[in-house]
Amino acid sequence: MSAMQKLPRLTPKQESVPVWPACWAVLRRDLLSSLRQRQDLFNPLVFFVMVVSLFPLGVSPEKAFLSEAGAGILWVAALLSTLLSLDHLFRHDFEEGVLEQLLLQPQPLYLIVLTKVFAHWLVTGVPLILMTPLLGLMLQLDGNSIACLCLTLLLGTPVLSFIGAIGAALTLGLRSAGILLSLLVIPLYIPVLIFGTGTVMAAGQGLPITSHLALLGALLVLALTCAPFATAAALRISVSNS
Amino acid sequence: MSFPLLQATSLSCERDDRILFTGVDLAVEAGSLLRVEGPNGAGKTTLLRILAGLHAGYEGEILWCGEPIRRAREHFLRNLLYIGHRPGIKPLLTPLENLGALLARNPGMTRDQQEEALEAVSLLPFAHIPCHHLSAGQQRRVALARLYLSDEPLWILDEAFTAIDRAGVESLERLLEKRMAAGGAIILTTHHRLSIQGAQSLDLQIHAGEALSV
Repeated sequence: MSAMQKLPRLTPKQESVPVWPACWAVLRRDLLSSLRQRQDLFNPLVFFVMVVSLFPLGVSPEKAFLSEAGAGILWVAALLSTLLSLDHLFRHDFEEGVLEQLLLQPQPLYLIVLTKVFAHWLVTGVPLILMTPLLGLMLQLDGNSIACLCLTLLLGTPVLSFIGAIGAALTLGLRSAGILLSLLVIPLYIPVLIFGTGTVMAAGQGLPITSHLALLGALLVLALTCAPFATAAALRISVSNS
Repeated sequence: MSFPLLQATSLSCERDDRILFTGVDLAVEAGSLLRVEGPNGAGKTTLLRILAGLHAGYEGEILWCGEPIRRAREHFLRNLLYIGHRPGIKPLLTPLENLGALLARNPGMTRDQQEEALEAVSLLPFAHIPCHHLSAGQQRRVALARLYLSDEPLWILDEAFTAIDRAGVESLERLLEKRMAAGGAIILTTHHRLSIQGAQSLDLQIHAGEALSV
């Protein structure tokens, strides 16, 4: 075969490898897999819509209640829906041996994890944000609150994915990780929830929201810089113990 | 002074209150093939995972070109190709997509080269069919196609020949011989009978440990 005949004498390579093609390949593979496995894509979204629509039915369809509680309802539903999708983040890769190959790439695992979580957010977080204006209207929120809600979700849902990835990586070796994963991750979601709903409340009362958004942004930066390290370490442990 | 590519001294590994193996010494020079042997459960896969840096629960020292692998990690990974018994193939992706993703670690492979590698494992007619429609052996061949494009001097292959038919095994053996001639080093486990000149073997059974008394 000609590819083999061209082969020069093999010696250990010293030069470092480019990083971006590897990250792009990870992103492409994850997005392609998600697009071909539609239920992984739609289930969290359908869950999100159903949880939100339970509140007008179960509590009260009054405008006073809904516009008061709407932001909180949407945020909690987004949080639960993200939680629901977390178990898939690494599990398929783990079972198929793809994760082993990722750990053995010469590129920094930090960037590979960052890319994987970003891909996860693209297929789970972004659809939630796109669906939010519609559900906001259903919960009788005013336009200002809806815009503000979308903005907070845009800053907040990546944080949920990044924090959740740590939990997903830690519980990878367990057979039924669902409940434990929730118990690990939900306490860490509380600050995001508080700042997220706080922003919409403030906007509803006509108060300035820049400080709230800045805090959410700070959480995002913190998650972006720290969480992939923790996730990478947890992945190494889980693969090592498998 | 030149070092063997990969060298391990007094490796031992304990798992589930049992010493899998103890006092394993090995050195893999450029151009050599080491076959790890032993019955099921002797720790062949674990040893290979330890050598690849995937399993951290061991004692002993592993050197890559004379340097501890923990310190030379990036350099080591750049020069290692590992195929585990789970082949790392996404079932929803086609062989070509899978191969492209697996090769992205050292970019610069053209699509033609990838197709050529698929042809070498006789998968070219299936290049655009999602892998979950392929048989176990064909899925394994997708992972093995990487070998035809690899420039890494060290290969660690766990059960490389599982589910591969006789003709496939033969062409793989030829590939391994070519690699050895070109200066590549190979560590593998297999239950197949290998007809490769100059293969060394390491029997894990003689290194088996006693059950730990609790």
